[in-house]
Amino acid sequence: MFAGYSVNDLASIFVMQSFAGLILFSVFLLMALGLAIVFGQMGVINMAHGEFMILGAYTTYVCSQIFERWLPGLFGLYFFFAVILAFIVAGGIGMLLEWSLIRFLYKRPLDTLLATWGVSLILQQVLRSTFGAREVGVTLPSWMMGSWNLTDTIQIPINGMIVISLTLLITGGVYALLYRSGWGKQVRAVMQNRSMAGAVGIDTEWVDRTTFGLGCGVAGVAGAAFTMIGSTSPTAGQQYIVDTFLVVAFGGTESLGGTIASAFSISQVRSILEFFFNGSMAQVIVLLTVVGILMIRPQGLFALKVRR
Amino acid sequence: MPDRKNPLNIHYSRRKVLMGMSALPVGALIPHLARADTPATASVNKTGLAVTDDSVTVGILHSITGTMALSETGSVEAEKLAITQINEAGGVLGRKIKYIQEDGASDWPTFAEKARKLLENDKCASVFGCWTSASRKAVLPVFEHYNGLLYYPTFYEGLEQSRNVIYTGQEATQQILAGLDWISKEKNAKTYYLLGSDYIWPRTANKIARKHIENHLKGSRVVGEEYFPLGDSQFNSVINKIKLTKPDVIYAIIVGGSNVAFYKQLKAAGLDLSKHNLMTISVTEDEILGIGGENIAGAYACMKYFQSIATPENQKFVAAFKKMWGENSVIGDVTQAAYLGPWLWKMSVEKAGSFDIDKVIEASPGIEFKDAPEGYVRIAKNHHLWSRTLVGQARTDGQFNVIYQTPDLIEPNPFPVGYQ
Repeated sequence: MFAGYSVNDLASIFVMQSFAGLILFSVFLLMALGLAIVFGQMGVINMAHGEFMILGAYTTYVCSQIFERWLPGLFGLYFFFAVILAFIVAGGIGMLLEWSLIRFLYKRPLDTLLATWGVSLILQQVLRSTFGAREVGVTLPSWMMGSWNLTDTIQIPINGMIVISLTLLITGGVYALLYRSGWGKQVRAVMQNRSMAGAVGIDTEWVDRTTFGLGCGVAGVAGAAFTMIGSTSPTAGQQYIVDTFLVVAFGGTESLGGTIASAFSISQVRSILEFFFNGSMAQVIVLLTVVGILMIRPQGLFALKVRR
Repeated sequence: MPDRKNPLNIHYSRRKVLMGMSALPVGALIPHLARADTPATASVNKTGLAVTDDSVTVGILHSITGTMALSETGSVEAEKLAITQINEAGGVLGRKIKYIQEDGASDWPTFAEKARKLLENDKCASVFGCWTSASRKAVLPVFEHYNGLLYYPTFYEGLEQSRNVIYTGQEATQQILAGLDWISKEKNAKTYYLLGSDYIWPRTANKIARKHIENHLKGSRVVGEEYFPLGDSQFNSVINKIKLTKPDVIYAIIVGGSNVAFYKQLKAAGLDLSKHNLMTISVTEDEILGIGGENIAGAYACMKYFQSIATPENQKFVAAFKKMWGENSVIGDVTQAAYLGPWLWKMSVEKAGSFDIDKVIEASPGIEFKDAPEGYVRIAKNHHLWSRTLVGQARTDGQFNVIYQTPDLIEPNPFPVGYQ
């Protein structure tokens, strides 16, 4: 397995692979966070999560077009506006969806799966009719596409660094919102006992709506981030949804820490395996391992201990 | 099974005898009645196809939804352009072409079902369609069963030949060998790293590439070969491997949206394609729209057509395409190959003097399209096209500079000996 590589090579392999793993981790975590919030807190299986991500990606695309045409001087910074806008657009549409559809389905989790799947098809078609079936290129400012050369063989891509920092920022923000703010307290109260929470004066409908909006907004940010490394097309969201469900199921749906740990372990293992086997094989091994572990621990590896 | 009462299996029905008798005087009369360029329907359509005195119906069968819609949109546009132009020029045997468009929805059983509908219900005189080999393999038995005629536009892996299909794209040997020969000689390349998406076309193409590198390019070898699931967007690991093995040439057959991720990550990892040789047979102007010209500039693509070919025929084609489908549209190799379909069909029908599938198939080999956008085109006996192979270098504006073309047309060879 290590044959044919010098010690120096192996050292840079591990540095580069761990960094590649970190990027993958960020990608997984950004996607899974939104899904885990919505599923863990509300019990809604959101099959349209990938499409909310793509909404964010298209927002970034529109933003880049606008800046290119009307504000070329600020083009180098447009991406940060795009991230904020992606959060607002995806979150806003998410809240609209919760109000018009999801709130009627809270007692029927399996129906949320079907309904949101339908929504994902509708969103795909809307995006296709608006932007065309082809992929669109999101032009990035050139400073974001470079890399830092640490040594001859170790180069750290700047866009990777941006994705990682963005992930840290969002994860921190979500943590603060859920566990350190009054709104977060309300969310947790509603989830634990909806009627009691209502009785003490919490507007449970508003809490549901904002929670769903937050989940979709985070997906939108993920989409904005992915324009740096992936493709933007109406169906691109589908490519991520399986991996994302994998991360959420493996981590255990109730805990933020579980989602982080699961995203980290899956991405690092896959990244290292990818180097010594290949992409397809690494995916197979990871999938089989996760399935194996879930057979032993159906509640997920990092589930909270709760009395049932 | 022989019929004991009728051992020669000949059925004389009263209706057939009557029809045959009545056809004699009608057939003798109509040429005098009709215009000189519009032969009577009965004489050019003896098999019940959807042909009337002033129109002929064909089918367009591509994915306009699902993951392949990205690629197949261009083919649909090119086929519609060709049909419009043929109609403006007077149609086929004096008949205007009408089309029925069906959506294969990127789903192979749907392709087969829609093909059956186009042939059995609509009686289409020909069908232009499919992109992936999987969709072609799905419709093949349908076309053979109903004796339909399919014009298939995509470059593909070869190892197939059907009398009911005309392949207007290149097969694997045409596309691959000339490009490898060129880069081996021109760039003095010795080591190659093969990449691809994980399905039949990239795997077969790389198999042919590997045989050619190992058996025909002296002193050259393959230092790595790797495949990725369709739609994969994580290429950091293989990029690290490429950095360590330092191949002279990266040979990439990644398809669809994965390309965007691949080239963006290559660039971000500091692999500058103006310094490192990368040759692809799967990235056309269409894909670059998504990848972004600045991310792929410098890479070499090896195929038979680029939008930038500077011939009057091509410039006319590009102008017409943009007029119909918008100034921002681009034309890739497969789009051009799709454009050939209706024209080759028209020429074959006119040579046959009939819409009947058997006669059109018989007339097809040897058909020449002298002022095709790609240049001169001829249909070979094996239903593939003779074609030149070009090498283009990607520019930042998403177009290619054509820097090499094979001196002669290459004979199509879908079953190459020694490469399987």
